[in-house]
Amino acid sequence: MPAYTLNVNGRQTEVMADASTPLLWVLRDDLKLTGTKYGCGIAACGACTVLVGGVASRSCVLPISLLGERSVVTIEAMATDPVGRRVQDAWVATDVVQCGYCQSGQIMTAVALLKAVPKPADAQIEQSMGGNICRCGTYVRIRQAIRNAAQPG
Amino acid sequence: MHRRTFLQICSAAVGGLFVSTYSDVSSAQQPSPPTFPPDAFVHVRPDGTIVIQVNRLEFGQGTHTALPAILADEMDADWSHVVAELAPAADVYKDPVFGLQMVGGSASIPNSFQQYRELGAKTRAMLIATAAERWRVPADQCHTSNSVVTGPANQSARYADLASDAARRPIPDAVRLKTPSEFRLIGTRVKRLDSRAKCDGSQKFGLDLDLSGMRTALLARPPVFGARVKSLDDADARSVAGVQDIFEIPLVHGSAVAVVADKFWSAKQARDRLKVEWDLSGLERADSSRLWTQYKSLAHSAGKIAVQRGDDRTIDLIPPANRIVAEFEFPYLAHAPMEPLNATVRFDGDRAEAWVPSQAQTLDQVAIAEVLGLKPEQVTFHTEYAGGGFGRRTPLDSHIPHEAAAIAKRMRGVPIKLVWTREDDVQGGYYRPMFAHRVEMGIGDDGMPTASKHVIVGQSWMIGSGNAFEPFLVKDGVDQLAIEGTADTRYAIPNFHVSAHHPTVNVPVLQWRSVGYTHNTFVMETLVDELAERAKMDPIAYRLRLLAADAKKLRAPLILLQERTATWRHNLPRGHAAGIACSEYHETGVACAVDVSIENNRPRIHRAAVAIDVGVAVNPLTIESQCQGGVIFGLSQLMAKAAITLKEGHVEQRNFDGFQLPYMKDTPPTIDVHIVPSGDKPTGCGEPPVPAIAPAVVNALFRLTGKRYRTLPLSTL
Repeated sequence: MPAYTLNVNGRQTEVMADASTPLLWVLRDDLKLTGTKYGCGIAACGACTVLVGGVASRSCVLPISLLGERSVVTIEAMATDPVGRRVQDAWVATDVVQCGYCQSGQIMTAVALLKAVPKPADAQIEQSMGGNICRCGTYVRIRQAIRNAAQPG
Repeated sequence: MHRRTFLQICSAAVGGLFVSTYSDVSSAQQPSPPTFPPDAFVHVRPDGTIVIQVNRLEFGQGTHTALPAILADEMDADWSHVVAELAPAADVYKDPVFGLQMVGGSASIPNSFQQYRELGAKTRAMLIATAAERWRVPADQCHTSNSVVTGPANQSARYADLASDAARRPIPDAVRLKTPSEFRLIGTRVKRLDSRAKCDGSQKFGLDLDLSGMRTALLARPPVFGARVKSLDDADARSVAGVQDIFEIPLVHGSAVAVVADKFWSAKQARDRLKVEWDLSGLERADSSRLWTQYKSLAHSAGKIAVQRGDDRTIDLIPPANRIVAEFEFPYLAHAPMEPLNATVRFDGDRAEAWVPSQAQTLDQVAIAEVLGLKPEQVTFHTEYAGGGFGRRTPLDSHIPHEAAAIAKRMRGVPIKLVWTREDDVQGGYYRPMFAHRVEMGIGDDGMPTASKHVIVGQSWMIGSGNAFEPFLVKDGVDQLAIEGTADTRYAIPNFHVSAHHPTVNVPVLQWRSVGYTHNTFVMETLVDELAERAKMDPIAYRLRLLAADAKKLRAPLILLQERTATWRHNLPRGHAAGIACSEYHETGVACAVDVSIENNRPRIHRAAVAIDVGVAVNPLTIESQCQGGVIFGLSQLMAKAAITLKEGHVEQRNFDGFQLPYMKDTPPTIDVHIVPSGDKPTGCGEPPVPAIAPAVVNALFRLTGKRYRTLPLSTL
């Protein structure tokens, strides 16, 4: 079983894993970072979204062998990221969550959006968040929280 | 007094309400050792933190916030120091109405509002009595606020400093509850207690459980429901690194091959390499198109009589021009909670421990005990947070904990986490049943219906299930869940006949959020809309006229909706139309309005409004969220790929590709929620907002296309 050196949330770490293992399961089962969720395994729901090299990515379909040198950032690092913290605070203030299972992925996607587009228009929000499923149906509040997080100051 | 004696006295005095359970508990989610009674529900820690046990599952609906808020309000606890925990399985946590520990029927608040108020008020009374004794003053001269008791000479004591003495006091039999004007939390927009943990990744769900020595198990499930393993070649699968064991287990229906491995991915790889031959002999191969033919044919004749009011021959006397004959089709629907199904069990021979995102702890605990040959009390049962449910975790046969226990039985001493993949979930059955409806409705000269003959065809959830609720929910051979929304309609139709056929089909079924109302409300609300259209009346005015005089739970939200949406409904842009529907679910009335246009041959929903009457609105913020979420859940019925279909016994969808849930773009950006002011006893809000939205949307579509939509999902407009 090959060894891989990863940079996850700013820390170097080494794991032994089958080359086909999706990043999701390395995060969850090897690194015990269970904030990143398994929802579908086919990149159709967004629950597993993390930042890979700064880009919002579906960790459930990214084999560990294809990660290369790219850094990985997960929900666990968001409280100390300025945009991440702002998004989390907006989520809490807007009382977004219900069951909460998809929200790590929603927040990671929103963080990636706001890092690229600090003040997104509603259509940009809908487009960027368009691949993340929330079965509880918190979309109205997600839209609102992103608008709130995008406000200056 | 010795603690054990105290607990026994409590138990005798209050019928078991305050029995401590902490000695049975040992896990990650273990309640802290009780330091203050009623210690099964409230613990006051020395640092002032107040830990409140929630006696049912939190899976998004918000009882994890609402029940503690109710208790804390009566207790005058400092809300900023309240922490909530999900209680383990124990008699003391049984729902006071159901007699089981469970959540269902949107009954958490209606069934436990009084219970949690009394718990809070009794705790407060004991704290006051302790302070009064210390200060040698009459108790009725003491006051409480924010976890502090204040005496007549301005003495003050923190709850945390009184708790251990208060614990030795008798629990009062009767206490005065607050009047509504005294509420501080009830009726206010209290934010969720679990938000931060669900936003920073720290909230552990059942699937996140990590126990020492734990193994992950996947099941190779039968390709046709009920099939059994005929032969198994696991040589290739066993070569996958990390695989610990592979063996066959019995399922509730048929059998499966369990793969036990160190991690999910190794279990998944091994499962993919199994070569299994299945015994399909004697099994019905359910097939959606054949079932439709059968169902539609059955719908032409009356089934078992569910409701017979007035004269059912009236309909035959009405001239065809004054009759509507309508046939409806509703497919199998998957619940698809975002957290895939799971349960963790460790079997130690003479006892077991289980960690389950369980909707009915009592029944799931019994199921595990039966598989393991134990008594239920030998199974320590922890309630894990669940990533949604929507009916999928309803314990009609408790098959998920059953499967986990069957694997654990073979792996003694090893905690086994059974995980269903998304494919397992989409293909694994336990759907909302298919239904066909056929309705003949006769219309009087005034445009109001005079007679209705309604036949409902679909599998029963309850008949033959052996479920605890079967005796209550099956009457004269009719599953009451299948007819709710029609049989209990609040519309005053004088000659009203409802009957049902319950064919047996080899597809396991489960309730889907709002259960029978998912299809019955659609039928009733689209037909009533058609009647209003024929009568050339406003759809709200028509409904108000048709409602029975005592239908106040629908009347109030309809009137509120009429007021609050008139401006936008009557000023819609070109190409938009408004649609209306309403629904009463377990005494909660909901009325819904939508603004719809057509884009790319699909409905585009620009705005929805919900008016709801839940009696006392315990937490208006949660009610708002549940209404918004319920609307979106209801819209999932209309998605082009909403259906689960079967071909020769095989489910045709696999994952979120062939089967699709609403994404953000499929849902209205604005969902306004208007709550009817009321002092009536509180009713539920989790399921009631679901049924009305789908008929409201197709009622709007009719205004755009002139077509009535009676087959779901909506394929083409």
